[in-house]
Amino acid sequence: MDKNYFFEDTITADEKRVDGVAKVTGAATFSAEHTIPGLTYAVFVCSTIARGTIKNMVLAKAKNAPGVIDIIYYLNCPVVPGYTSEIKEKNQRERVLNGLNVFADNIVYSNGQPIALVIADTWERAVYAASLVKVEYIEEKPETDFDNLMQKAEAPGWGGTYKRGDEDAYKKAEVMIENEYSIPAETHNPIEPHATVAVWEKNDKLVVYDKTQGPKSTQGDLALLFGLKRENIQVITEFVGGAFGCALRTWPHTPAACIAAKKIGRPVKLVLTREQMFTMVGYRPISWQKIGIGASRDGKLTGITHHAISNTSRYEQFSESIVDPSQNLHDCPNVNTSYKTLALDINTPIWMRGPGPATGCFALESALDELAYKLNMDPIELRLKNYAEVHPQNKLPWTSKHLKECYELGREKIGWHNRPSVPGTLKENGMLTGYGMGVGVFWAGRSSATARGTLYADGMFVLQSAISDMGPGTTTAMVSIAAEQMGLPPDKIRFELGNTDFPTGPTQGGSGSTTAVGTAVTLICEAMQVSLKEMAIESVPGFKNYKPEELDYKNGKVSAKTNSSTSISYTDIIKQSGKPELQVSKSTESFAQRDKYAMNSFSAHFVKLHVHPVTGVITLKKIVAVADCGRVISETTARSQMVGGAVGGIGMAMHEETLMDHHSGRYINANLADYHVPVNADIPAIDVLFVNKPDNIISPTGAKGIGEIALVGVAPAVANAVYNATGKRITRLPITPDKLI
Amino acid sequence: MNNQDQKDSRRDFLKKTTAMAALTISSPVLVKAGQHDEKIASFFEKMDLKIEVNGVAHQLSVEPRVTLLDLLREQLHLTGTKKGCDHGQCGACTVHVDGKRINSCLSLAVMNDGKKVTTIEGIADGDNLHPMQEAFINHDGFQCGYCTPGQIMSAIACVQEGHANSREEIQEFMSGNICRCGAYPHIVDAVMEVKKGGKSS
Ligand code: FES
Ligand code: FES
Repeated sequence: MDKNYFFEDTITADEKRVDGVAKVTGAATFSAEHTIPGLTYAVFVCSTIARGTIKNMVLAKAKNAPGVIDIIYYLNCPVVPGYTSEIKEKNQRERVLNGLNVFADNIVYSNGQPIALVIADTWERAVYAASLVKVEYIEEKPETDFDNLMQKAEAPGWGGTYKRGDEDAYKKAEVMIENEYSIPAETHNPIEPHATVAVWEKNDKLVVYDKTQGPKSTQGDLALLFGLKRENIQVITEFVGGAFGCALRTWPHTPAACIAAKKIGRPVKLVLTREQMFTMVGYRPISWQKIGIGASRDGKLTGITHHAISNTSRYEQFSESIVDPSQNLHDCPNVNTSYKTLALDINTPIWMRGPGPATGCFALESALDELAYKLNMDPIELRLKNYAEVHPQNKLPWTSKHLKECYELGREKIGWHNRPSVPGTLKENGMLTGYGMGVGVFWAGRSSATARGTLYADGMFVLQSAISDMGPGTTTAMVSIAAEQMGLPPDKIRFELGNTDFPTGPTQGGSGSTTAVGTAVTLICEAMQVSLKEMAIESVPGFKNYKPEELDYKNGKVSAKTNSSTSISYTDIIKQSGKPELQVSKSTESFAQRDKYAMNSFSAHFVKLHVHPVTGVITLKKIVAVADCGRVISETTARSQMVGGAVGGIGMAMHEETLMDHHSGRYINANLADYHVPVNADIPAIDVLFVNKPDNIISPTGAKGIGEIALVGVAPAVANAVYNATGKRITRLPITPDKLI
Repeated sequence: MNNQDQKDSRRDFLKKTTAMAALTISSPVLVKAGQHDEKIASFFEKMDLKIEVNGVAHQLSVEPRVTLLDLLREQLHLTGTKKGCDHGQCGACTVHVDGKRINSCLSLAVMNDGKKVTTIEGIADGDNLHPMQEAFINHDGFQCGYCTPGQIMSAIACVQEGHANSREEIQEFMSGNICRCGAYPHIVDAVMEVKKGGKSS
């Protein structure tokens, strides 16, 4: 991998992931992997229709199967206190905001909905017994065909509707284009399936090992559902095997496991199957977009109109900020947008990596590319010509914005000068060759967080916060921040997470962990240094006559500014103070200067690819991913995030499509053989470059988010390169060979 | 084998008795008898299994429908081997059986009678990591780490098979292991390093 940077000041290139050894030895314990005495196994029975009611469930055979302990379904489900306020009249279809109340009634909202839970002494026996449950339905005709039902979409009541300047100004422009874009449902499919192990230690004390991006929010949801105090529920999430958004909320399997464990009085483990990962834990919603863009003949944008529709379920409202990038990514005086959602008889979607902008930027950045050809202008020049120096919507300055540098770095690295200005005219070894680029953007504010730090006399510095790390390397980044702040070697620092007994941390999503928790860690380190000075003055004889401001803290030592021989290590200070340790907790508020600044991370992706002139097969040759993510805290993990985001973006662009049979409302490719995700052989060399200029306004860490901009902008870069190679504008993802022949 | 023949005949016997009962007893009673038989059958239908895992010999009695993957994870508590799909589609469950890589979710435990299984827990030498484990750390060949044990077991076999002679070849022969975090280029870097027998840049 390439090692070029714009700025190279604070990167420690040899840095390794702090949980690396646990992950390569199999010692890392994921939610389904804790050894618990008396464990039982639960398996869902799922609906095989998409809409209707359950008339009858025949359970006798299943109940008598070997090893079966209980079967829970709507007729025998114990009272769940949190359900009652939500449940409307039986059989009445009502959207509720808290999602599906599992086993609450006999209504079927989607195919693959959990309708019964079989608990047995082994997993195999539970699986077999679940296969014996027979269900009779009163079936209704499901509505699942997004393309044919779009006219039924409704405004969700918030977000998306926006206007500045004249409406549809693009129609009067000197040069204009108009196009429609479609993106199918994409399923997150982390390799670790969702899993919950529920253990009731007492009647009112629940311990849950759960795959979640937010242990604290899961704790809060369960507290509400089971009518318990938060502190009576402990959620443990030591490792998360990827999530990309699908573990952002509490899905029905988590309460289901808790209900079962309570009913049978034993611990219950419930792990979703791969098929259930498609029907129970969300997906990127299906979307349709229409964009019109107009410009003057010299390339100044005069109008953007962007309409979007995405789907939700019949029982919940789910919306995304799809049209937002058109409002503020590029400078344009006249912009109007609209957004609607369409309720279908499918399970509820959920945010997936780069939610909103990933979808919106596919349309916007494809449209700009199309406009550039019509203007006979270089696509980068077009973007530079319409570069927004201040936020176009509210005219506020950005806390930092280095998108121009992203363009420059990427243009150079990909070899943009080789790009043919006329599509379909460049061949390499008989292959149609094309170059394309796309811009990514995501919100980059800072949420609140609390962390606790403890400095022990043996030299260890332990930090704790109740967040989880689904893979980006939050643990590593926090250790890196603390090591730098305290001047200590990383092996003296441990960051502990994934336990609600620790201080409250944010849910991991929207690229916000590093800035939020990193700020709390920074404050802890600063407070520690003040305390160490005070403790030295108080308990160390040679320091008695100094004032705190006459002392320095550096590399684990407190010294007198004027006399460097008066110096003592932090371990000795703690020992001499007679205390076992020094503990500090710090909270940070969310960054609240929205009236003063606009806050975003930016990226630019560049793609070079080959298209086979006869078969239409695309071979990616090179990807250059450039990020303006503020200061890079941990180079190793930041680089991996950018590579991973590019791979995810390739999946979106070329592979992923959750397909449905509209007669049954059932997914037909709900497995990893038929739902294509990129494999190793699909991935070209990926060069990652960071502008690496700190943003010290959002947080003292200097960082902005990175996880989302790693993916946003990749799909249009691929589509634009395909156009450059072939002259074919593909507006319906994924771009598969059949669309190119 | 002898042992298995005996088991087979016991199972057949139970089936036959049920079938005979069907001829003579009226249906509600038959249902009961069937359930009863099923319970007895499940008792008898456990099979003996001798298996060596990471150098440790195990003498077990398992249901024939238990996969090697579930035996490792649920009965032997070796959870380093991961379940990602249970259908041979992701590679997270890759282990070595007699030195060859297989998807352990596609192999019934009893099919591995008398065989030697190596899992991710069995490749380090005490605290000294296997060179492939080291290389994955050095090149950050993972993010969440869930596919990683399978990737590493596959990578070791890939090198041993002689399928690691170029980046392209490694990419091809490592494509049975999905990494949804997208660490692929770094995984190839790691395999290249081990193949070359040392550190690469
Ligand atoms: S779990 Fe065996 S291949 Fe996926
Ligand atoms: S490291 Fe997460 S799936 Fe590979």
